[in-house]
Amino acid sequence: MSNFPAAIYIVSGIFILCLGTLTTGALIAVLSTRLIRSVCGLAICCLGLAGMYYFLRSPFLALMEILIYIGAVCVTIVFAVMLAEPDEAAESRQHGILWGTVAIGVAAAIFWGLWQLGTRVTWAVPQFRANSGSVEDIGKSLLTTYSLAFEMISLALLVAILGALAIARTGRTKS
Amino acid sequence: MNPIYDRLEIYLAAAAFLLAIGVFGLLRRRTLIGMLISGELIFSAASLNFMAFNRFTAPDPVVGQVFVLFIMGLAAAEVAIALSIILAVYRNYRSVNTKDLSELNG
Repeated sequence: MSNFPAAIYIVSGIFILCLGTLTTGALIAVLSTRLIRSVCGLAICCLGLAGMYYFLRSPFLALMEILIYIGAVCVTIVFAVMLAEPDEAAESRQHGILWGTVAIGVAAAIFWGLWQLGTRVTWAVPQFRANSGSVEDIGKSLLTTYSLAFEMISLALLVAILGALAIARTGRTKS
Repeated sequence: MNPIYDRLEIYLAAAAFLLAIGVFGLLRRRTLIGMLISGELIFSAASLNFMAFNRFTAPDPVVGQVFVLFIMGLAAAEVAIALSIILAVYRNYRSVNTKDLSELNG
């Protein structure tokens, strides 16, 4: 790779750090009882995911992940937590344990099945690459091949903003 | 053997973990906002899977990135809509617990 022999270990360490950030963030997001901590866990998880995107040779998507998820989605959820005070009430203990066991079983089954699928199958390696996948290539294909989808997603975002405003506003005028 | 950051299985396992934990949260949470956060984790799992296959097996590495970009845009729109619905529900019921929203529950 390079003539600096320890580089591979340093890069592996950074990768494991990203992986750890991802898993701990996801666990915090799911397991904490206070919802505001859960949102913070989602933000940490997205930070780790941005690192994974960087290792997958897409710094553009890493930046977009931080910008959209941490900057927009998490902040919006924080606003909703502030406005709706949604802390979970304590439930009857037996029902909670039963349901938690079922949820753990389903999650473990999904993880085990996908793990088996991922490790057993040998995935085909492409013979050649059409381009390098840089930001310049993304921009070119967004304005040529995917221009219709690009316009449609801007339309979808516009409709979503208008719909969100309409739904939130009718509730206010009634009360 | 390739280093750890250059192997497809690691990324697939991370995506599978995210999906499993998202489904776990979706089953376990009892408020709408908690379920929304778990849904975001599932979205992230799908995006990570797309990007992993895009990096290792796709002949055109732009396709996966564009697709994940569109997933992010639609997720943002979905969050905006879902949160406004949650606020409307909270104004009507004074609660976002899924147990209280059972008017159609025969």
